[in-house]
Amino acid sequence: MQSLIEKIRQGKFSDFPGGVHPPQRKTLSNQTPIAKLPLPQRLYVTIKQHIGVEGHLEVRPGDMVLKGQPLTKSMNPFAVPVHAPTSGEVTTIAPHVSAHPSGLAEMTIEIRPDGKDEWIALAPLQDYQNQPKLKVIERICHAGISGMGGAGFPTHIKVSPKKNVEFLVVNGVECEPYISSDDRLMREHAWQIRQGIDVITHLLNPKHVLIAIEDNKPEALHAMQVACQENPDYVVCSIPTKYPAGGEKQLIQVLTGREVPNGGLPIDVGIMMQNVGTCFAIADAIFTGKPLIQRVVTLSGECFDKPGNVWALLGTPVSHLLQQGQYQPKRQRSRQLIMGGPMMGFNLVSDQVPVVKITNCILAPTEREMVQADEEQPCIRCSACADACPASLLPQQIFWHAKAKELDKAGEYNLFDCIECGACAYVCPSQIPLVHYYRVAKAEIRLQEEEKHQADKARERFEARKLRLEQEKAEREEKHRQAAEARRKALEQQESTTGNKVSAAVARAKARQQTQAAKEETPASDKVAAAVARAKARKARQEQESTSRDKVEPGEESKQDKVASAIARAKAKKAKQENASTAPDQAESPTGEQQTKASAGLNQTRESGAEPSEKQPAGDMAPSKDTKAARVAAAVARAKARKAAADQDKDQKLSPAPESASPTVALEVDEEKKQRVAAAIARAKAKKRVGVSSTDKQQDKSKS
Amino acid sequence: MSLRIASSPHQHSKRNTGSLMRLVCYCTLPGFAAQLWFFGWGTLFQFIIAVAVALGTEAAILELRKKDFEKALSDCSALLTALLLALCLPPLTPWWITALGAFFAIGIAKQLYGGLGHNLFNPAMVAYVILLVSFPVAMTSWLPPQQLMQQGYGLLDSLSLIFTGYSNEGYSLNQLRSGADGFTMATPLDSVKTDIDLGLTVEEAMAKPQFHEGTGVGWFWINLAYLAGGLVLLKAKVINWHIPLSMLLAVSVTAGFLHLMSPDLYASPWFHLFSGGTMLGAFFIATDPVSASTTNLGRLIFGASIGFWVVIIRTYGGYPDAVAFAVVLMNMSVPLIDYYTRPRTYGHKARR
Ligand code: SF4
Ligand code: SF4
Repeated sequence: MQSLIEKIRQGKFSDFPGGVHPPQRKTLSNQTPIAKLPLPQRLYVTIKQHIGVEGHLEVRPGDMVLKGQPLTKSMNPFAVPVHAPTSGEVTTIAPHVSAHPSGLAEMTIEIRPDGKDEWIALAPLQDYQNQPKLKVIERICHAGISGMGGAGFPTHIKVSPKKNVEFLVVNGVECEPYISSDDRLMREHAWQIRQGIDVITHLLNPKHVLIAIEDNKPEALHAMQVACQENPDYVVCSIPTKYPAGGEKQLIQVLTGREVPNGGLPIDVGIMMQNVGTCFAIADAIFTGKPLIQRVVTLSGECFDKPGNVWALLGTPVSHLLQQGQYQPKRQRSRQLIMGGPMMGFNLVSDQVPVVKITNCILAPTEREMVQADEEQPCIRCSACADACPASLLPQQIFWHAKAKELDKAGEYNLFDCIECGACAYVCPSQIPLVHYYRVAKAEIRLQEEEKHQADKARERFEARKLRLEQEKAEREEKHRQAAEARRKALEQQESTTGNKVSAAVARAKARQQTQAAKEETPASDKVAAAVARAKARKARQEQESTSRDKVEPGEESKQDKVASAIARAKAKKAKQENASTAPDQAESPTGEQQTKASAGLNQTRESGAEPSEKQPAGDMAPSKDTKAARVAAAVARAKARKAAADQDKDQKLSPAPESASPTVALEVDEEKKQRVAAAIARAKAKKRVGVSSTDKQQDKSKS
Repeated sequence: MSLRIASSPHQHSKRNTGSLMRLVCYCTLPGFAAQLWFFGWGTLFQFIIAVAVALGTEAAILELRKKDFEKALSDCSALLTALLLALCLPPLTPWWITALGAFFAIGIAKQLYGGLGHNLFNPAMVAYVILLVSFPVAMTSWLPPQQLMQQGYGLLDSLSLIFTGYSNEGYSLNQLRSGADGFTMATPLDSVKTDIDLGLTVEEAMAKPQFHEGTGVGWFWINLAYLAGGLVLLKAKVINWHIPLSMLLAVSVTAGFLHLMSPDLYASPWFHLFSGGTMLGAFFIATDPVSASTTNLGRLIFGASIGFWVVIIRTYGGYPDAVAFAVVLMNMSVPLIDYYTRPRTYGHKARR
């Protein structure tokens, strides 16, 4: 290992494959010191400016806030708070166009500055070396620091890793053309950056600290060397200028010759990367107690009369910056603003977009500067793109498959290892917007996976339901069978009772005969016999009565059947209206049996509901209350049916169920799909914008 | 305020397909000039015929396919195809053969496959092979270099020969081809091959007047000129070094191996490198982006295989030159080569 650090100290670096050399154009903006700006009219502080979840809102419209006052609070490890960039009044909290390729509106706190620029009481962390590390990390979190190089990954999570860090790499490469914010920051605040590095070093205890700067920034190199000279463990590395040398993976390859394994993180090869801007912000947070409320933004491009770097408060709308840089829109035939660099930046949809923590540059180029790509021509398979690709991909093959929508093949060619650096599209002689194709393909693949996942879940649900329905059906059939059995028995019994009657009649006749005979013949003994016969007859009558009471029950049942069928009719009608496709057969004259079908149809959304309706026919309803009860039951059934239908609607919305409801849902999904593709593309862009000067992408993957 | 939205990158290198193709065309100029110097004006007329037919065919087909042909023609790919074909044809080939070739190249080998970027084979070479198989005599009727000829022939003679088959003085092509001794003078490659078949040694075969210091008169300079043009292409990063280098190395190694085995039976690597279309093939034909391999390793394999086949076909095959055959043969294997030579992506383990 000694040899590796020796090599690095001697300035012997590895190289990464590919790469391009677009015109640098850094002198346009790096000649003047970072300028301070007057306060803008309004500030738009986007609540979520990092990767993760937004913090909990702490203010309400109308509140007066002081500069540096937290506007949101971190409730969870992935939440990073935002702070008031100046003192003033919170006017509204509402969606506002965001610093995102899609320009989607995001929740934003609008602040009207009061012009006093009054700080909240600041509490520096004294003597951080003797404080528990957790406290330092907490301080970094509460200062709202997330990676400022690109992705905006919460810094406090990065600086509390589980594995040992061999190399802490401070990324000051800034390989994108035009941008010079890190350059100026290093030139002017090298010392504070070093303090920030000290803090991170204290937290991580890396074996070596490398500060990487491209060799086209000699002043910055010198400044950092001077700032770090007391500390021999800090190696300032001047690396060859080549785009995208500042990409996290590429920089690691240049410095150490190692590759971050596929699907892994830099920490897996013992490396942790931080951007110089992040180091600066950490020093601010620890030594002065100031949260992250401003950053250096480069204003460049030939449409600015006063290009240069400025300290922009987070939330400053771009229009304010344009004004300060004396933007001349007349020089652009079609107006175009880029946030970020020419290789990986994105076009702004509005000049009201606010500066966020990862905004490093606003570019307003003339047409002459940035030649608009001609119309796309066919790929001639020259593989200039493959020669330029730093990830050693075959862009032309991925493009081929992406265009043909053979997404699995595109994936096979490692589409997801593309860092969207744009080197391939930069060199492509056929002017194919390759990166655009990749973004779309990636978004589509993600969407497909999501859909598949959902379809799987829906299928599981569907199958479980089918099983349940079958079980219930079987149970019901069993019940019916038993009921039928019972009825049959009752009938048999009735028949046998009729037999009893006959015999009773016979007995009575006999008894009468006997009485008569007794009267005629022997009255005394006859009387006895008559008494016996009476007793018998009474007994027989009693028996008969008890059976005939039995007989009443079937009668009651038929009444109850009527009630049930009324309920069923009501239900069926409702169900038919609201949910025709669910149980198509229930529309026909609902008899007792079909009623169960109807309830089966409703059953899918309402399990408990089925029970009472089944109990009723078996029921203990008093015959006298028949009609009233029937009405009540019907009303209940209607209500239930309505609720069931509503439930089911909701259910369908939640999950595109593959059966009954699919046509409408499929339509919906189709439409949604488009929106989602757009959103996903936008997300993908934002996420990957990242990069090149990024130091913070590191744990990006662990999130996604 | 409406803002223009485009996908990153917003910057683009100045290079486009048309400018690349034109650059390739310019770099053939030294070789083109050398060919004119040694073989007269014929090649120029072939070029004109081929370009006219090629562009006409391309425009007509694109029109049929309802595409914007003006834009497509501006990519200059048809121009380059026609140029390469013209450079490969014997200078005094009858006009209709050239025209047919150009039509084949664009109409069949290129557009039928789906146009630029979709063709599996190098269009110029496919046309050349078809012509060679169909009209073997005409396609091998190279005149000796002017410097060795008894009767010279000028601009008008060439024109007349191409369009009528006879020179202004009424000589036929065959009469012109006859050397001082009344024998037909074949190209150096052809001549060496026939002589070896007749039982002569390489050295004896090279004793003829069309040889000079182990290579054919004129051909040496022509190849040298293409080499120079090719080096410019390399310098301008229009082509990669992989294909030319591996091809030339393979030619040298294969020829060298055979030559070492039997110097009498097999010509030297030097002879192979500077005869026929070796240099033209190595720098301008095998490097055709569309039909060549696209991975670095693949390019090495592709180039080396062409070099190998060139020597083998020249030595054992029925036709005198072999660049076209070798290129077409290897074009067929490109998809396979590309598939198995995919580079290792960053962060991935080496495959299998
Ligand atoms: S650079 Fe463009 S034309 Fe060349 S292979 Fe790549 S995608 Fe095709
Ligand atoms: S954008 Fe992707 S494919 Fe293109 S060069 Fe960069 S990493 Fe390679």
